[in-house]
Amino acid sequence: MNAPHASSDSPAASPDPAAQLRPPLWTAVPRAIWPVIVGVALAFCLQEFLVPGMPTFSSVIAFAGINVLLAVSLNLVNGFAGQFSIGHAGFMALGGYFGAAIVYYGTAVIYGDFNFHGGWISYLGSSRNTPEMPVRGGELLFLGGCILGGLISVCAGYLVGLPSLRLRGDYLAIVTLGFGEIVRVLLEGTPNQLGPYGLSDAERATLEQTPFPGLLYRVGGPQAFNGLPTYSSHFWIYVWVAIVLAVAVRVKYSGYGRSLLSIREDVIAARSIGVDVTRYNVRAFMLSAFFAGIAGVLTALYVGQIKAGDLGFSRSFEIVIMVVLGGLGSISGAVMAAVLLTFLPEVLRDPPTVVSPPVLATIVVLAVLIALRSPKRLRGLAVLIGVCLAYELCRWAADASGRRLSDFRMIIYAFVLVMLMILRPQGLLGVHEIWDVWPLNRLPMLRRRLGNLPATTGDVPPAAPPAGGDAA
Amino acid sequence: VTSFIQILIDGIAVGALYALVALGYTLVYGILQFINFAHSDIFALGAWSAFTAAAVLGLASNFGASVPPFYLTLLVLLAATLACGAAGYVIERFAYRPLRNAPRLNVLITAIGVSLLLQNVGQLEVFRAQKSGITQYSLPFGPYPRVMPPMIPEGFIEFLGLRFSYIDLIVLVLAVVIMVGIELLIFHTKVGLAMRAVSFNHRTAALMGVNVNRVISFTFVTGAMLAGAAGFLYCLKYPQLRQTADTMWVLFGLKAFVAAVVGGIGNVRGAMLGGLCIGLIEFLGVTYVSGNYRDVYVFSILILVLLVRPSGILGKAVVEKV
Repeated sequence: MNAPHASSDSPAASPDPAAQLRPPLWTAVPRAIWPVIVGVALAFCLQEFLVPGMPTFSSVIAFAGINVLLAVSLNLVNGFAGQFSIGHAGFMALGGYFGAAIVYYGTAVIYGDFNFHGGWISYLGSSRNTPEMPVRGGELLFLGGCILGGLISVCAGYLVGLPSLRLRGDYLAIVTLGFGEIVRVLLEGTPNQLGPYGLSDAERATLEQTPFPGLLYRVGGPQAFNGLPTYSSHFWIYVWVAIVLAVAVRVKYSGYGRSLLSIREDVIAARSIGVDVTRYNVRAFMLSAFFAGIAGVLTALYVGQIKAGDLGFSRSFEIVIMVVLGGLGSISGAVMAAVLLTFLPEVLRDPPTVVSPPVLATIVVLAVLIALRSPKRLRGLAVLIGVCLAYELCRWAADASGRRLSDFRMIIYAFVLVMLMILRPQGLLGVHEIWDVWPLNRLPMLRRRLGNLPATTGDVPPAAPPAGGDAA
Repeated sequence: VTSFIQILIDGIAVGALYALVALGYTLVYGILQFINFAHSDIFALGAWSAFTAAAVLGLASNFGASVPPFYLTLLVLLAATLACGAAGYVIERFAYRPLRNAPRLNVLITAIGVSLLLQNVGQLEVFRAQKSGITQYSLPFGPYPRVMPPMIPEGFIEFLGLRFSYIDLIVLVLAVVIMVGIELLIFHTKVGLAMRAVSFNHRTAALMGVNVNRVISFTFVTGAMLAGAAGFLYCLKYPQLRQTADTMWVLFGLKAFVAAVVGGIGNVRGAMLGGLCIGLIEFLGVTYVSGNYRDVYVFSILILVLLVRPSGILGKAVVEKV
């Protein structure tokens, strides 16, 4: 850290030189809030203008937002703190079920049915063609469900983060994995839900007699918990994306974030300079779990159902892959990877040729970037051309054998993943952000505002010690 | 009491399978310090290649008829282990070796990638062998579940009022034989010495004239062959084969990994002990508590063991050095 510290050398001129660099205190709240306000405006524009324009991609855009939420929140633990969590879907399932149950049974208790009782924001989107604009509190119920779902995940995150006092590395990863599986199995063991397609007399009696918390665990067991009112729209999903992005950026460039990065680089060194490793890890877990829980609620109330069986370790792996592909510790990298990996399977359903304009334009831009900036430009260009040729070959082979390329998309996906880990182990951006990378790092405005991380961090991740006893 | 002991027998039979798969995890972890997530898919490969080998030998529609001669069973076992060993070698050579000095996380992601690759390649159907309109087998294994033909005579031995079915006996005997073999291999041969040296420290082992890459390959192939044998035994015991991308395989692999951790990862005897423990706990829990939470017991035991004794039952505590 190169910020000048308050020292006793110049007591006369100013008592604390660091204080002069700090912006005035009253700007703190606006500075924290403005990205979220801009994000809300953008989310509104997205829902009103962008999504109606491309109906085929409507749900993919929503899932991209949810995946961004998950990837950025997981990045807090995996990327910043360097703890390896592979139970993110467990937090998502826990928060999702809890929030969905609150909204579902809350609707039943307040309105007497299981239908959608939205507020005004849900009616803005063109997907809702209800004639009148009701002044109703369904939206508030939804928001409350989101927050409560997030909070119960925070409790779970506290419990899961606590073992990081004793365990690290692979062992902690196994604990998170075990946590995710336990959550999944326990949720699959819950009793049937009441409704949603009408209530029998017995069910109605149960609904009326049971106090509200007693209802919350009736979430459908091995079947999905379905018939949920679909409150979460593109607007709400992207509002939460804006919030998680603002939080993540501010965490990364704060003292707390730098302490997390120091834990990731070297636990012992971090501890020796006074970082309380366990407390910081637990906090990172809790923050990350909060947004995972919210992502669960958003998914449940977007699709209209949530199923524990879909939120097992393979979903966790998906999120981990996004984070690693984007670059551990890079927020913009996680966003890019999440969007890319959400759209990739959809695009591969009907694969375009390399010479179609958008693909060709992307390839040309990539080629120019590689040719201008890459230290190994020949190798980079060769890889690029090789990928294009291989892609065309796959397309041709699929056509020739009378199959569709989309049948092989999981194989291609897995293969690309392995190759990427071998050829570019640090992910798309490493620990850097998109504004640290040429040409954006030439923009003076971004440089001044955010400052750069020390260049050494994360470019060359420290190699794992080959075996015990080696470091001695 | 008899029923209790009967449950113990069942638990031990399944536990022996867990132990075989756990050995593969623990060998690889001991030598490379990473969780080989693709190991469960090698196990699936073992089961499926056993089925395919049986089908190639013309046993696929052999239901109800007499049990095939014993040498055919051995041939099927051999095919399963060889297929898995070959797959293990290829995976190590082309996916893990280029990452030998990369951060662990990357190797872990690569393992997940390899696992996805194996699962989905296994679901393809490039070639289909048919006999009188019925598909006998497909290469690779095709998108449909299949039923393994019986290779061991049905029935049981009654002893002191306890029933040992032939399949359980064979599973147990074979598992014990294999474990004793592994024990001998690691602690009483030159290769085993080299493996222990490499797991202790790569660089020093290389300085002492050990060919590190070859030893690592050998370890991988050994682990994969064990998984292949386990796959064969598994599909003798549970003939319903699910597709290779079914989560059941990964879940079995994860439980075996839990067994390795509970026993003390990197410790060969620990893996055997852990496998038996996990099998017993699972069966006792299913019988005396509830069958719905089968996986919860295993993972709760895992978390408990990690919290109380992170290095496992037989593992040595690792001292962190600066």
